[in-house]
Amino acid sequence: MKKLASLLLVVTMSAMVFSGCGNNGSSSSKKDDSTFLIGGSGPLTGSAATYGLSVKQGAEVAVKEINDAGGVKVGDKAYKLDLDFQDDENKEDKAVTAYNTLMDNDINAFLGTVTSTPCLALTKNAYDDGILLVTPSASALDCTKYDNAFRICFTDPMQGEKLAEYAVKTLGKKKIGIIYHNDDDYSIGLEKAFTEKVKELGGEIVASEASASKDNDFSTQLTSIKSSKADLIFAPVYYQAAAYITKQASDAGMKIPFIGGDGWDGILGVVTEPATVEGAVFLTPFTATDSSVADFVKTYEAAYKETPNQFAADGYDGVYAIAEAMKQAGSIKNEDLIAAMTKITVDGLTGKMTFDKSGEANKDAKFVEIKDGKYLVK
Amino acid sequence: MNLFQSIMEQLLNGLRTGSIYALIALGYSMVYGIAKMINFAHGDVIMVGAYALFMGMTALSLPLPVAIIFTIVVCAVLGIAIEKVAYKPLRNASSLAVLITAIGMSFLLQSLALIIFSATPIPFKSIISMKGIKIAGVDIPGITIITLVVTTAIMVALTLFINKTKAGSAMRAVSEDRGAAALMGINVNRTISMTFAIGSALAAVAGILYICQYQSITPTLGALPGIKAFVAAVLGGIGSIPGAMVGGILLGIVESMSKAYISTELADAIVFGVLVVILLVKPSGLLGKLKAEKV
Repeated sequence: MKKLASLLLVVTMSAMVFSGCGNNGSSSSKKDDSTFLIGGSGPLTGSAATYGLSVKQGAEVAVKEINDAGGVKVGDKAYKLDLDFQDDENKEDKAVTAYNTLMDNDINAFLGTVTSTPCLALTKNAYDDGILLVTPSASALDCTKYDNAFRICFTDPMQGEKLAEYAVKTLGKKKIGIIYHNDDDYSIGLEKAFTEKVKELGGEIVASEASASKDNDFSTQLTSIKSSKADLIFAPVYYQAAAYITKQASDAGMKIPFIGGDGWDGILGVVTEPATVEGAVFLTPFTATDSSVADFVKTYEAAYKETPNQFAADGYDGVYAIAEAMKQAGSIKNEDLIAAMTKITVDGLTGKMTFDKSGEANKDAKFVEIKDGKYLVK
Repeated sequence: MNLFQSIMEQLLNGLRTGSIYALIALGYSMVYGIAKMINFAHGDVIMVGAYALFMGMTALSLPLPVAIIFTIVVCAVLGIAIEKVAYKPLRNASSLAVLITAIGMSFLLQSLALIIFSATPIPFKSIISMKGIKIAGVDIPGITIITLVVTTAIMVALTLFINKTKAGSAMRAVSEDRGAAALMGINVNRTISMTFAIGSALAAVAGILYICQYQSITPTLGALPGIKAFVAAVLGGIGSIPGAMVGGILLGIVESMSKAYISTELADAIVFGVLVVILLVKPSGLLGKLKAEKV
């Protein structure tokens, strides 16, 4: 009996070990001469899974659209696009493994990563390999440090500055409390730029409370902000933490409005009481209720039974940017593609953008308010 | 808001998390007292409780009181099963073997939850909808009131059970001296099973309070409170029931106060610093009894 039990344990354990492998390759590449393979990497499982899935699905829509229209004409040859998207769980080690797998699959351009921390872990590898890297949504400044890297979304400091202007100039708030993660590049980047800009504009940061990104209890920090008499709280965190923070603030009887960065996008999917985020404003370059993006939203909703968010749009624009670069370059050689990036204009879902030498996209910011449990463009 | 109100609110924050730690620490301490082992799978019982409540309310669509009882029963049965399958065969093995088994059990539970429910957090709407109250300018959230009432009631009931009932005496006897207790006609196996059941039922309650507070369920949600509660049990004197209560609440308050008035980054360092100091001064923990080794 004892032997049987332990045997059973061994079997289940080893079954678990093996079930971990093999299910993360989304599409194995059947590459031929007329296929241009785009490799992607982002969290498809775990607490940031929404971002990765959205980017992947947005990119899939773009790939299908381009292929249905006959592919990308490069010189006199038409290429079909194919997407190989790997799961990096928003972890550095997994991202490097995913990237190496993609390179082994012989990708032509890299769309990723979706989040900042994994992206920073592999920028140097991508630079050494000389491949074109277009990150849809990794916003840490150093993600585009190298010449081969370009970015669709705003950088952290750009977001922080635009939010500071919005808080002080548009909302007229002068006493601002901040709650951020001091172990997360995204959060620190926004917090720093925001603080500097608010001071420059004559506002005051009355409380700046740090937390860890794995935390789920923020009541201590919120109580401190409450006693600082702040009239606005800036929370540059991802949506899951934002859901904890807003819920706990409302539990503590706080009625101070919140603003946040684009990490807040998707928050309505994880809050249990929409009233706790009512009135919150966050920055985003894309919103599904815009009439100019209606076609994309329709296709996306039909395919995935959900409304696309900013990350889906970033993924979509990322694929189009790569396609534009292919056309412009007239070749699919790495160095030609990279050189073409600064010459293209992409009329994307997240705005009309051009890229400069630093790798940043030039485009405008939009603000979204949560009203009656819905996203509302300001 | 003045300094007094702010300090009071921070104290309440600490008291709330501390009382959840205490509930979990009780499980560690009771099991250690009886079975002389650290049940590292205890934290994951909290997680199982959270998923059980979620499944009870969604998949089985049970009414709330039934769902709560269902959760407690699932955890109690799980506690007994863990003991029977993993620990009982090792009762006379070296303590290292038991320790490794306990860690393995913890990973097994986490991985099973990962396979069944995946790593994506499940949003869970709190089952407690009580409005907060305001006393002398101090906001007391409804969840804090419920948590404090529930944990106090459980601690009183547990103390009475252990000190006033026959089964409680049996538990104390087994923890004093297992061999002598068996000679006195106490069913040691049943007493150990009962201890695991009670400890796991307490973890179930802690799990319910925990997800009502944080409203999201993940396969690893039990890990952090589990570790903190273990520290609380050691702080209070592992094996001692009142020690676990005092240790849990003290830990919660120290954590909250150091986050609020010293530094968020240093909070964990301060918590463990306090543990080190207390163990240096009193190696058996705050309320632990130092037993002379029989040679």
